[in-house]
Amino acid sequence: MTPTHPEAAKKFLADPGRSDWHDQALWFIRAKRDRATDLPEWEALRDAGAAMKAHAMSRLGELLEEFERRAAASGITVHWARDAAEHNHVVRDILTAAGVKRVAKSKSMLTEECGLNPFLAAAGIEVVDTDLGERIVQLAGEPPSHIVLPAIHWKKEEVGALFHVHMGTPEGESSPDALAAAGRDHLRDALLHADAAITGANALIAATGGVVVCTNEGNADLGMHSAPVHIVCVGIEKILASLDDLGVLLRILARSATGQPITAYTTHVTAPRPGTAMHVVLVDNGRTQRLASPEFRSALHCIRCGACLNTCPIYRRSGGHSYGYVIPGPIGAILAPSVDLEAHRALPFASTLCGSCGDVCPVRIDIPAQLLAWRARVPAKPALFARLGRLLADRTRFERVGRWARRVVRLVPTQWFGGRWNAWTRPGRALPVVPAESFRDWARRTGRRK
Amino acid sequence: MRVALAVPCYVDQLRPQVARAALTLLERLGCEVSLDFDAPCCGQPMHNAGAVSDAVASAQLWARSAAPFDAIVMPSGSCTHHVRHHLPSLADPAQGTHAARVTYEFCEFIAGPLRMPKLPGRFGHRVAMHLGCHAQRGLRLGGSSELHQLPSGPMHALLSGLEGLTLVPLDRPDECCGFGGSFAIGEPELSVAMGRARIKDYTSHEAEVLVSSDPSCLMHLEGIARARGPIRPSGARELRAMHIAELLEEATR
Repeated sequence: MTPTHPEAAKKFLADPGRSDWHDQALWFIRAKRDRATDLPEWEALRDAGAAMKAHAMSRLGELLEEFERRAAASGITVHWARDAAEHNHVVRDILTAAGVKRVAKSKSMLTEECGLNPFLAAAGIEVVDTDLGERIVQLAGEPPSHIVLPAIHWKKEEVGALFHVHMGTPEGESSPDALAAAGRDHLRDALLHADAAITGANALIAATGGVVVCTNEGNADLGMHSAPVHIVCVGIEKILASLDDLGVLLRILARSATGQPITAYTTHVTAPRPGTAMHVVLVDNGRTQRLASPEFRSALHCIRCGACLNTCPIYRRSGGHSYGYVIPGPIGAILAPSVDLEAHRALPFASTLCGSCGDVCPVRIDIPAQLLAWRARVPAKPALFARLGRLLADRTRFERVGRWARRVVRLVPTQWFGGRWNAWTRPGRALPVVPAESFRDWARRTGRRK
Repeated sequence: MRVALAVPCYVDQLRPQVARAALTLLERLGCEVSLDFDAPCCGQPMHNAGAVSDAVASAQLWARSAAPFDAIVMPSGSCTHHVRHHLPSLADPAQGTHAARVTYEFCEFIAGPLRMPKLPGRFGHRVAMHLGCHAQRGLRLGGSSELHQLPSGPMHALLSGLEGLTLVPLDRPDECCGFGGSFAIGEPELSVAMGRARIKDYTSHEAEVLVSSDPSCLMHLEGIARARGPIRPSGARELRAMHIAELLEEATR
């Protein structure tokens, strides 16, 4: 069984140096985001971002059909997939029909969500993830730990050791320049010899029937511009009505994600290259179900920038893998419960409700409110809360129990309360010094209160 | 001005000196303070744990108790946030809405209805300010780094207005301390790691005093500071944890 968030977080924290380093690395990105988004119109852009996504979701079916019509007119084949399994089968069938053996895949959280890589591997098709970070975690046999920075939890020395094994870099080589160069050679080779390219998409534009892909490494472009088959795997919530909306998306996306004004490569593909085939697989996989929920619908507005991960003090100190879901961090904690509430029941509680995620979200998803709403839906609350609720609703009993409990605590030696079972003191946190008299008792004794 | 002092359950039981300081200061500022408001809890501990139905009775008692008052002051940003944002839906709508309207966080009340954004007083120490997250982002009682704002708001102004007080600059002026109610127990290692990082930020800027709007953050941070651990750079002075009411009361004596 996968460990729950508290267990996984505890494990990650067992190496405080690593946890601090991880926290600092992500805080650095958060600080870059703060500088890049410090624009006079930033809050207006967030409004525009929220509005364009709300608009697109309110006309989801219409816009998708408009996209399909225009894309088909330009020679793009559009497929519809109800769920992950259907998506995987569609992709495999396209690849098999084209006789594809090797695929160069750029970043797509949707394919992670659908488990495409292991599915294709089982069908005898080799997939190379061409984003450098993705390739690192792929070689290591891990899922990404971040949606924008998949290998952010890897230190350069560890990457060096991994590349030494898989790419033959000199032992002990850990200079980022040398490792990036080795990675570039290794990936160039995969890109040039791929029979097909799979990419994700940052947006689908209904008005153009085009697909927008943003990367910093240009790997999506190299793939789609060299392979004879290009498949775009994309969740249906990525649809935007117009190029005006795309303008807003491009202004908020990279600024929020990495603190860049725009990604190094932003490509708007509107047709297959002559002589090649292009497919778009539109995937639902629970999205229309979310659309039907007024409480959780706005989570579909997410543009996958990762800003809420970078700002979250829990994510920064527990690492992406602690969430046990393909999308980690605050946004993952409100997406995962709708997939399997029981399996992910700890995630809505992996938060102090500090509110930082909601304030960095470029499309104003009220993540803290949704975390709270999911908490309410988790079944079988500890009985403690029913008892506490009754106690705190009874003035007389509250005071009586308080008096009694404080007396006991003051009589018993402090170390009795300090065992392994006491979650308050266990990690190094002293119990409060309990006073002899409560405020209410004091007020009564001094005649300030009846 | 006539005002009721609402003392949250855990302040009543665990840190009564905060409520006494709040009472003393409000009276010093000319308020007629009633202690007749005695609902123990606004329901937040149960509500934030997702046990919504278990929160209703205490929230309802809180809202009903608020009915006779035109102004209620609470020395906790988190409880005030819960009252303002959740009592209208958790309790009887009319009573909950009234409670939400008349309840103020301590500094918010002094700077707002009392119109004293600055108090005459002296506090000759280096102070690190921790505005609780619910006061910060829930009640918007302070500028947020996420929104490109500098530290500000009533608590910041009251502290800045005191003679001799130095507000130490912090690397992360509005990062969560890791308390988070049941989070402190549900994810204790993470909770303490977050608190340690905050304390390191304070002590590395040579703060002598940590002041917070929230006794709950304080209880957590003070507990970590008191526990022996590798949190204090060698030679750093002991950090004194104070609630803003305690600090202002001491400064204006």
